[in-house]
Amino acid sequence: MGAEYVLEMKGITKRYGENTVLSDVNVRIRPGEIHALLGENGAGKSTLMNVLFGMPVIHNTGGFDGEIYLDGEKVTISSPHDAMLKGIGMVHQEFMLLPGFTIAENIKLNREITRPSALSRIFGRNLERLDMPAMAADARKALDSVGMGIDEYTLVKGLPVGYMQFVEIAREIDKTGIKLLVFDEPTAVLTESEAKQLVSVMKKISERGIAIIFITHRLDEVMAASDSITILRDGQVVSALKTRDTSIVELAELMIGRKNESMISVERRTLDPNAKVALSIEHLAVDMPGEEVLDVSLDVHEGEILGIGGLAGQGKVGIPNGVMGLYPASGSVSLFGEQLELNNARKALQKGLAMVSEDRRGVGLLLDESIEDNIVFNAMQINGDFLTTIAGMHFKNGRQIREHAQRMIKELDIRCTSPLQHTGTLSGGNQQKVCVARALTMKPKLIFVSEPTRGIDIGAKKLVLETLVRLNREMGMTVVMVSSELLELRSICDRIAIVAEGKLVDILPPDSPDADFGLAMSGIKPEKGADGHA
Amino acid sequence: MRDRKLLSSFLRENAVTVMFVLLCALCLALSGLAPSHVMFELFGRLSRNAFLVLALIIPIVAGMGINFAITIGAMAAQISLLWVLEWGIPGTLGFVVAALMTVPIAGFFGFLIGKLLNKMKGQEMIGSMILGYFANGLYQLLFLFIFGNLIPLSNPSLVIKGSVGVANTMDLSLEGGLKYALDGLWRLPFKQALYVFMAVIAVYCVVRFALSSERDIKRLAVCLAFPIAACLLIQIPALQALFITVNVPMATFGLVALLCLFNVVIMRTRLGQQFRAVGQSGAVANASGINVNRVRIIAIMISTVLAGWGQLIFVQNMGSLQTYGAHEQVGLYAGAAILVGGASIVRATNAQALLGCILFHLLFIVAPDAGKNVFGNAAIGEYFRVFISYGVIAVALVIHAWSGAQRRKPANAIREAAK
Repeated sequence: MGAEYVLEMKGITKRYGENTVLSDVNVRIRPGEIHALLGENGAGKSTLMNVLFGMPVIHNTGGFDGEIYLDGEKVTISSPHDAMLKGIGMVHQEFMLLPGFTIAENIKLNREITRPSALSRIFGRNLERLDMPAMAADARKALDSVGMGIDEYTLVKGLPVGYMQFVEIAREIDKTGIKLLVFDEPTAVLTESEAKQLVSVMKKISERGIAIIFITHRLDEVMAASDSITILRDGQVVSALKTRDTSIVELAELMIGRKNESMISVERRTLDPNAKVALSIEHLAVDMPGEEVLDVSLDVHEGEILGIGGLAGQGKVGIPNGVMGLYPASGSVSLFGEQLELNNARKALQKGLAMVSEDRRGVGLLLDESIEDNIVFNAMQINGDFLTTIAGMHFKNGRQIREHAQRMIKELDIRCTSPLQHTGTLSGGNQQKVCVARALTMKPKLIFVSEPTRGIDIGAKKLVLETLVRLNREMGMTVVMVSSELLELRSICDRIAIVAEGKLVDILPPDSPDADFGLAMSGIKPEKGADGHA
Repeated sequence: MRDRKLLSSFLRENAVTVMFVLLCALCLALSGLAPSHVMFELFGRLSRNAFLVLALIIPIVAGMGINFAITIGAMAAQISLLWVLEWGIPGTLGFVVAALMTVPIAGFFGFLIGKLLNKMKGQEMIGSMILGYFANGLYQLLFLFIFGNLIPLSNPSLVIKGSVGVANTMDLSLEGGLKYALDGLWRLPFKQALYVFMAVIAVYCVVRFALSSERDIKRLAVCLAFPIAACLLIQIPALQALFITVNVPMATFGLVALLCLFNVVIMRTRLGQQFRAVGQSGAVANASGINVNRVRIIAIMISTVLAGWGQLIFVQNMGSLQTYGAHEQVGLYAGAAILVGGASIVRATNAQALLGCILFHLLFIVAPDAGKNVFGNAAIGEYFRVFISYGVIAVALVIHAWSGAQRRKPANAIREAAK
């Protein structure tokens, strides 16, 4: 070794087209150091790791600027396999394990120990026989070093999730010459005691001189495990500090903190805390892959704009999808005191709920149909609006549809050539407005708006947000807005519920301090004034 | 209670096989055929078809489902065969030459198939099936127009009389033909054949015992018990009578046994580990540095070459070859057979392939006679065969989708429990 830093990334800049996702990022890690990498979604953590592992997505989009040094030597990492050969390992968030293989086979996957056989002498190394006992012995050693007593011949299928995580770690440290291990959200699926064990295993690994990059959103674990911390925000390093010099509150602030520029200014108002409850959610659990909701109870008051925020994958998007019956859900939901049948999208629509989906192009719109047909589609199918009956058969009422569509296009300022234009040819912002128009056509009592500004440009974002405010103020519509953009939530919502790990952490007023939001997003309920954690 | 649960889960997992056993038993009873005749037919069909069915295993393990494109391997074999006939290479030598020629041709086709299937991951089965139909068109072009026309054939019996193109039938039973080129090498009555195979198994067990470091005597005893029991059982006169007409083509069954062994051995190599890894999860295999596409191409290439050999074994037994039809149903019948044996489109073993082959062809033998006895019409039984082949594949696909949905639930439950 000899070099002071095992890894140095200097001046890393990465652009996707016009969009700069990393600008001049510097990270330095010493051997045996546990280095935490913090940041919100989209702060650039994954992109930085993709650069480090030489992922194809980086090379296919024009590479990156900057330099990477391993043990003081400048290197080019051309592929994930290359990264592995250079001694960089990754413990994945989704388990990269084969269920039908034993633990030993998984640990030694593609690094099998083999002996020559008759076949291999003719056809080459790939036909060498596996030396199972030797592989098992290696696996045993690796398992012991992470403190796992389980038999190495056990199939991975059916293992508890926590065990799988440790098998992954064992696989990485079994690799010879490993210098640096990246843990990507390793504790997200673990129970509390398993997470504690993980932290102690990480410390044990680092004692052997292996450096660790620890990506997580749990600030308390960062404090417990790491030696130093780099915080990314909007693709830039906002701070690099020693763990012992900082506090959990400072971290939360640094992670969230933004210049206080709202996109649109909305008059603050105080709502009657005893207002009628519009939607009451109790113990909602939703099985939405990647956005699982475990247990959320929440009341939405009539006439308010409620925001639901949180990091991606924590379950906030699962809430509207579960209530609307788009994904299997359990729990109890009532709308204006009336019980709502779950797992039935048609019933939910009939009762007066509407949703603008986060998946605009997937479930939101019929892309090969015209704007007007899209706008009236649900109302026609669910409520039987816009139909005329001739001789017992239902026909579309073309004139009524056209009039309605034109009114909506004008009201929501949908930029199009005519109501007959196909929605597939519209820009993202205008597509979003068509979705809003369709939801409104249902004359809903409450509207869910899920990630309304995802993938649309700034001007369109502003328009969509203004539309929501107008709906609320002028038409008295109750709005529940789910968004990853905390800034947007804070600019238009009356209250903001923060969801982490499938559970509701807290409901905060929009003018709460940054630190409170940061803490809530990492799953810690902020105490008033947020000084209990200092 | 627990026993009942086990039984019901066994029935659910082996629904197709159980259904087939019942169906075979019923048809056997209804057909009124002499058991010894059924056995005679069955062994004939097994020697013809087992190799083709076993050729399906590797792509299934590699996660590509049933490789219906073995049809194309069969075409490769028929191209080789045409040239062997044209050159007039007789008997076993001709068979060996055809087998060797099949390797590069089928290998090349397999490479192209693999390339294409890599572009349509998740759709391999329908892809390979349609590819088989498409290749059939090219095959016809080749045999009707190119061979005998652009590339002249000198053997008059291969050409359509008074026209161009390859004749409808290639007769292998003529002087210098390939009929029984493999089967005829060494035939033994069933009893002796059994002795020979059991002796081979026993010797293998003993050698493995001698070479292994553990010297596990118990394991040796268990291994030896099977061949000894089989040799003792055949002493029972009733069983002997059952097999009295069976004449076993030793070389053919020897090759089938070798292929079974190959399927086992390859799974214990680095390549086999890669097949299994890719089959379980392409993403995980890729993350560990395995070249997924290359592994899949190799799997299809091996399967296609093996299918070519299987087709050669098939036609040398039949003694003649429908030039434009012999390959058409190969994929369908082999695919149905392996499913009948309890394989699924994600899991298959030698035992399942062989069992499936036995059951599927048993039904083929007895169904026409059962149909004749019950409905007074053999055509009904005939119709039944085709209906059954498609039905089995459809049922297997439905069961696969259904058990997939069942599996998802426990996985979620575990995740819940962990939280």
